[in-house]
Amino acid sequence: MQDTSKHTLDINAIRADFPILQRKINGKPLVYFDNAATSQTPQQVIDAIVNYYTNDNANIHRGVHTLSQIATDAYEQAREKIRAHFNAQHAHEIIFTAGTTHGINLVASGYSQLLNDRDEVIVSAMEHHSNIVPWQMMCEKTGAQLKVIPMTEQGELDLDTFDSLLNDRTKLVFINHVSNALGTVNPIQEIIDKTHAVGAKILIDGAQAAPHIKADVQALDIDFYTVSAHKMCGPTGVGVLYGKEELLEALPPYQGGGEMIAEVNFDKTTYAGLPHKFEAGTPNISGGIAFGVALDYMNAIGFEEIADYEMELLIYATGQLKDIGDIRIYGTSVERKTAVVSFNVNGTHSYDIGTLLDKMGIAVRTGHHCAQPIMKFYKIPGTVRASFSFYNTKEEIDLFIDGVKKAKSMLL
Amino acid sequence: MSDIKEIQEEIVDEFSMFDDWMQRYEYMIELGKSLPMIDESYKTKDNLIKGCQSQVWVKADYKDGKIIFTSDSDAIITKGIIAILIRVFSNQTPEAIMKAETSFLDEIGLKDHLSPTRANGLVSMIKQLKMYAIAYSNR
Repeated sequence: MQDTSKHTLDINAIRADFPILQRKINGKPLVYFDNAATSQTPQQVIDAIVNYYTNDNANIHRGVHTLSQIATDAYEQAREKIRAHFNAQHAHEIIFTAGTTHGINLVASGYSQLLNDRDEVIVSAMEHHSNIVPWQMMCEKTGAQLKVIPMTEQGELDLDTFDSLLNDRTKLVFINHVSNALGTVNPIQEIIDKTHAVGAKILIDGAQAAPHIKADVQALDIDFYTVSAHKMCGPTGVGVLYGKEELLEALPPYQGGGEMIAEVNFDKTTYAGLPHKFEAGTPNISGGIAFGVALDYMNAIGFEEIADYEMELLIYATGQLKDIGDIRIYGTSVERKTAVVSFNVNGTHSYDIGTLLDKMGIAVRTGHHCAQPIMKFYKIPGTVRASFSFYNTKEEIDLFIDGVKKAKSMLL
Repeated sequence: MSDIKEIQEEIVDEFSMFDDWMQRYEYMIELGKSLPMIDESYKTKDNLIKGCQSQVWVKADYKDGKIIFTSDSDAIITKGIIAILIRVFSNQTPEAIMKAETSFLDEIGLKDHLSPTRANGLVSMIKQLKMYAIAYSNR
């Protein structure tokens, strides 16, 4: 086949940075299409973690000794890199977390002390469970009413209904930038503007968007934005919450402990300023530093180049899948989503397809993708989700397509 | 009717004939397709086994001192696994089911080739069959 692609990335050189891509799974070369769950890790990021424990390991922000200062500087440099990446105004608006779920719980826990039973909050029907359950817990505590923006058959949000849900009692809206199960890129600028027009605040779950789209939190006027490092070539167990300074200042602390205090007395403890107020305990220091390195790595390649190439993969895979026949693809058209294709082979269960693909060395996600409301909407138990990254290739998509054909012939 | 041990040995023999895991899966899919389906009216919450990723229903009937299991799942490979278990455990006395070991599943390598969540489902399924046996042994 003639290569008609227009991208400028040197995919072979990029692939050489990811040692895991050389692995064999069940005797077959690994084809890793579960990037929306966890992306793979380049050697540069692995080296950063090894280097930290080999040379710089010490607790941060506390010791006067040299190692502690080196570790502190490296960690704070990472925070600054993340600030610059998302174009936050201040580095102290970047709170290190254990990941997106942690960031959402942090904000929901704070608002549990700020809302009451006259308030309303709005979620969408296409959220990951981690952007539903913490808010339900918040509503149980405060009595605030939870309203839901419905979705359409095309896997997009029904924004007319959103308009009718907004009113002067609305205090918070929480919505994903990109749907994890379908890949839909939501029109967040419009949603943010409408939210602000009634005086409410918005939290955007950026976990699925951040690997593909560089969000400018100031230009978009985002109140809270949460991401996970492990979806953007970084390590697991680390992420950040961005929050506007005045909103983070007003939010009560999430966890108590060391690092988050100004002064402790048994009659009254005062809390530290941002970001430390929300960073109780010794953090994942190597993880934070490695997250910074992962952002450097992706920015060196370029987010626009990454998005263009991934779109090429998505269009190719979608066309090949449709050609197989008896395939139902869920979600919106390729132009309106990230490199995710969520589908079923008619008459089969997603687990069966996923299990057989695994035997052929192909990793995909199957099931409800922690988004049961979407599956209930489509009246299905789950889908097969193939999610692509900039280190994947069309040759891998060919192997995946052959795998789906084989699985289909075995199962039907 | 063969006893549980003999049936297990038969299954181990059958699985040893295959060269690779794709062939074993092909066989399990065939078994799954041949499994007598449970009547729709018995696909109730009570008959649903907890701990399985795909939905699995099991119904037990007691006749002439033996338990007859029927079962179904929405996933075909899961049905294949169930078919193996039903072949071993159905039409046996409660006492035999209670006492039965399941090391044959390790011998055919099934547990190693299931994802952890599916392996948990398999354990839940065996537990459920044994619970039925305990319940009927008290009659």
